Amino acid sequence: MKGKSRQDYWKANIRLIATLLVIWFIVSYGFGVLLVEPLNTIHVFGFKLGFWFAQQGAIYAFLVLIVVYAWKMNRLDREFDVEEQ
Amino acid sequence: MDIQLLTYLFVGGSFVLYIGIAIASRVGSTKEFYVAGGGVSPIANGAATAADWMSAASFISMAGIIAYSGYDASVYLMGWTGGYVLLAMLLAPYLRKFGKFTVPDFIGDRYYSNVARTVAVICVIFVSFTYVAGQMRGTGIVFARFLEVDVDIGVAIGMVIVFFYAVLGGMKGITYTQVAQYCVLIFAFTVPAIFLSVMMTGHILPQTGFGATLLDAAGNDTGVYLLTRLDQLVTELGFSAYTSGTKSTIDVFFITAALMCGTAGLPHVIVRFFTVPRVRDARVSAGWALFFIAILYTSAPAVGAFARVNLIETVDNTAYESLPQWFHNWENSGLIAWNDKNADGEVQMSAGDPFQGAPVYTGERGIHGERLLSNAPTDNPGEVYIDRDIIVLANPEIGNLPAWVVALVAAGGVAAALSTAAGLLLVISSAISHDLLKKQLKPDISEKGELLAARLAAAVAIVIAGYFGINPPGFVAQVVAFAFGLAASSFFPVILMGIFYKRMNKEGAIAGMLVGLVFTFSYIVYFKFVAPEMNSPEHWWFGISPEGIGTLGMIFNFVVSLVVCRFTAPPPAEIQQIVEEIRVPRGAGAAVDH
Repeated sequence: MKGKSRQDYWKANIRLIATLLVIWFIVSYGFGVLLVEPLNTIHVFGFKLGFWFAQQGAIYAFLVLIVVYAWKMNRLDREFDVEEQ
Repeated sequence: MDIQLLTYLFVGGSFVLYIGIAIASRVGSTKEFYVAGGGVSPIANGAATAADWMSAASFISMAGIIAYSGYDASVYLMGWTGGYVLLAMLLAPYLRKFGKFTVPDFIGDRYYSNVARTVAVICVIFVSFTYVAGQMRGTGIVFARFLEVDVDIGVAIGMVIVFFYAVLGGMKGITYTQVAQYCVLIFAFTVPAIFLSVMMTGHILPQTGFGATLLDAAGNDTGVYLLTRLDQLVTELGFSAYTSGTKSTIDVFFITAALMCGTAGLPHVIVRFFTVPRVRDARVSAGWALFFIAILYTSAPAVGAFARVNLIETVDNTAYESLPQWFHNWENSGLIAWNDKNADGEVQMSAGDPFQGAPVYTGERGIHGERLLSNAPTDNPGEVYIDRDIIVLANPEIGNLPAWVVALVAAGGVAAALSTAAGLLLVISSAISHDLLKKQLKPDISEKGELLAARLAAAVAIVIAGYFGINPPGFVAQVVAFAFGLAASSFFPVILMGIFYKRMNKEGAIAGMLVGLVFTFSYIVYFKFVAPEMNSPEHWWFGISPEGIGTLGMIFNFVVSLVVCRFTAPPPAEIQQIVEEIRVPRGAGAAVDH
């Protein structure tokens, strides 16, 4: 039981990491590098959107990703009974 | 009070603070020396990591680099922050659970091999020394510019201060001084940024001022966006638009990836996460670290844009005699040079180098009072050379800010350089005293003996770093690419697979590390030193510059290790058990004594 549960914990962790890293890739390499030209035709306030992602938006998104990861993992630790005592 | 005196006061005051902290956090055990006893709170560790990470280059040079390269500089902004996402999810929590002292420790144990450990030690020392020489030099330069002492004396003062708290307090001393240094440097960076933002756009936050409309001298809204104005100014001068890039997409992609994976693989950053009490603290702490770093990294592009607009509007097509005093001061310091090529007495800022190479002053003055140059002029219409570091160093003067802000920037620059240097020196000393001496050469050494060895190694490392700071090898600026490229192509894949791929064995890891390392090293050496004349996009492989080649080295590392591992024996059962264990948080004690 314990072994199986640990494997499930690890799978859930990998799934979470994969989801968050897809977002990580999209906001930086996607919006900031590969799609920067088309996004630059959209203006938000004084920013071209692609430029904003490359110099501001991606960094904010990175921060949110880490916070979400830490929060979700703490919940996962308790759910699978592997948290630190 | 005059600026000089204020600067002495601020820098001197910060030194007293650092030394006080060092005395308060003396250590008595190797565990305290290597990982601060494993009892640092996640917020304190976040601030310490931020100071550790942000070097003199981040503080002094980055905003200037952004101001002059616009969108192209995004690689640094994304690359040096995105790595923390990788660190938080893929490395830090598991390495904390593993609970040893150093990066070679993990590699040596996980791959049950002293060969792997030794390769890791060599990488650690090479990467860290490359970096630390630049930091010592940075300290000296800040001293020279603000306190008018010789660069060499500045380096020596920096050495003494670092010596004091690194040798006495080890990781514990370094951690708490870094927290103080973070406070100094972030205050010093944001105060001028806020002043500038309010002055130019009326926004308190530089991050929103960056996208706002400009105010005119009387404080009325002009209705023109900062970035629109900037694009217009630079294109009129013949540069490409600020908000669009000149680098190829593949190169931007590869450089960003190399910086991200390199950041996640840098030993002095990883080792900071060994100092928190629990696995969950390691995750949260990475978030705090990025938060503290993001305050500077999201202000820097705004500062760059403000300063560039300000600079062009103040200087371009203005008569030399009527330029503000700071222009003449920094010309006297050798960071600005002007050659009145069209003899109209006005300064033109058009694109292209104004003359060949860095300015060489003849020692004579021209008819307008400018310092004459012996450099051969170019055919470009541009007449003025402006060192990029000016953007941060002279910002307070350009913005007419009070004298204490200038003094604050000096203290901030010194804090940024010292905090990074100390972190690197500790990594070097623990690699020698722990991974070489204790783990390999003299396993029966006593706790006291190892602590003494660690202190001696730190002292020797400081002297060597100081030597390189005083006699910088001509290539310091060019080898930064090394540190990131090598960390990305050696450590990052090996640690990642050590955690996420149980089947990875020592043969695969060693082969992968060596291939990644040798390939990246050779590529950089070839284009930077052997054949610098070939260093242009048409000769690069797939258009990837030496700065971005670490990503390709990393891919080779992954491929080679996976192939080799398929054809060799799987790791022993107890190693596979260790991997199982590091994947779950429960059971992580404080960093293990051994």
